[in-house]
Amino acid sequence: MSLQVLSAGVLTTIQDRGRAGHAHLGVPRSGALDPPAAALANRLVGNDPGAAVLEVTLGGLSVRTDTGCWVAVTGAPTPVSVGGRPAAYARAEWVPAGATLTLGTPATGVRSYVAVAGGLAVDPVLGSRSTDTLAGIGPARVEPGQLLPVGRGGPPTPLDTPPRRVADGLRLHPGPRGDWVEGDALDLLCAGSWSVLPASDRVGLRLTGPPLPRRPGELESEGMVLGAVQLPPDGRPVVFLADHPTTGGYPVVAVVDSADLWQCAQLRPGEAVSFRRGR
Amino acid sequence: MRDGLRPRPVGPRALLVEVDSAEHAAALAGWARARRDRLGEVGEIVPAARTVLFDEVAEPHRLRTVLAGWSPSAAVPAGPLVELPTSYDGPDLADVARLWDVDEAEVVARHTGVELVAAFCGFAPGFAYLTGLPAEWAVPRLDSPRARVPAGSVGLAGTYCGVYPTASPGGWRLLGRTEAPLWDLARDEPALLAPGTRVRFTEAP
Repeated sequence: MSLQVLSAGVLTTIQDRGRAGHAHLGVPRSGALDPPAAALANRLVGNDPGAAVLEVTLGGLSVRTDTGCWVAVTGAPTPVSVGGRPAAYARAEWVPAGATLTLGTPATGVRSYVAVAGGLAVDPVLGSRSTDTLAGIGPARVEPGQLLPVGRGGPPTPLDTPPRRVADGLRLHPGPRGDWVEGDALDLLCAGSWSVLPASDRVGLRLTGPPLPRRPGELESEGMVLGAVQLPPDGRPVVFLADHPTTGGYPVVAVVDSADLWQCAQLRPGEAVSFRRGR
Repeated sequence: MRDGLRPRPVGPRALLVEVDSAEHAAALAGWARARRDRLGEVGEIVPAARTVLFDEVAEPHRLRTVLAGWSPSAAVPAGPLVELPTSYDGPDLADVARLWDVDEAEVVARHTGVELVAAFCGFAPGFAYLTGLPAEWAVPRLDSPRARVPAGSVGLAGTYCGVYPTASPGGWRLLGRTEAPLWDLARDEPALLAPGTRVRFTEAP
């Protein structure tokens, strides 16, 4: 992926932690002028603290992404907009593919930092991607029309950034009572299109859709896990969320992957839900 | 695994182990708790009516291997004994007497005459399912549950006895009430009747 530079303000450069260890060769150290701000921006998008960021002088940067990506703006506090809508300063922001990130003029301070998940992937020189404005080492200053390559970001670390909802379905694992369904419980759940019922709450996400054919009868109460997909007699699944009872008597035919479970908290009544097999 | 111990995976990080009875479930849970350091990391051990759930399991294979060493005859340390002074004036005492075909005094005599054990908790925080009543004393739940059962109410359902720790709706047949504090978040162990606790009901003066 890459960023297309639309405008670069008075001075925008690429910076990382600089070139240490080359002073005896006459090579300045370079690097972000406000290292804590650059490190914070990186941390917010889940980058290594040494990843290359944009150092934007007195705002005025505008870049367009070709792929959706996480960004964070730190340093001099500047108005931030994504796709023309206001976005947050010093927080991870999702920039959809084709959208433009723009920095206004900071009210205070001089240098703002823009980190992109994956970091800017220009070729390093002497172990650093920093633009050295004095010695002319490293990438040239950023100019309109340039395409800036971006590395493959891992997913942002969950501690620092809001994870992004995946559209291709909540991952499912086999539950202990799949044999209560006539047919393969996971296949049936993955094939169905489900929608969220208004009765959903902190206990469970209640779904409606093609009822799963269920064996009649009841189980004695047994322990329940977070993400358990319970099947009441009406065949409409309930995904257990944080306030779920510790035990329950309806068969658990599947379990939602713990990494996907947070999405259930954000699903609105009437919204569509789909499942896929987890690994 | 050996007979009487049937594990079922619950997603990638939990194991539901079926056993033959609530007593076995309580025994297995107690046995596993006593050797927790050998199980690998396990977040929760939840006994129920015929199962024990091991949740947030870091090493499922290691857990299975250790559990294979359990047998229903394995010794479990006896839990603490709690006495619950109870006023036998519950609204269903007469019904239970009729179901047991005895008089009310005999219901009280029977109920105070057995030592019960908290096999598992469920339904509400601190609500313990007490086992130890003979199968022939089983009583059905109420056809329609009460909207509100006061805290401390002592009831029967099936062969279980239970005490409502907090006021809640409920369908158990109520024999009486105890003043014992069953649920107190200010205590280190908020549930008075944690699994494994032995319970004896006495007639309150």
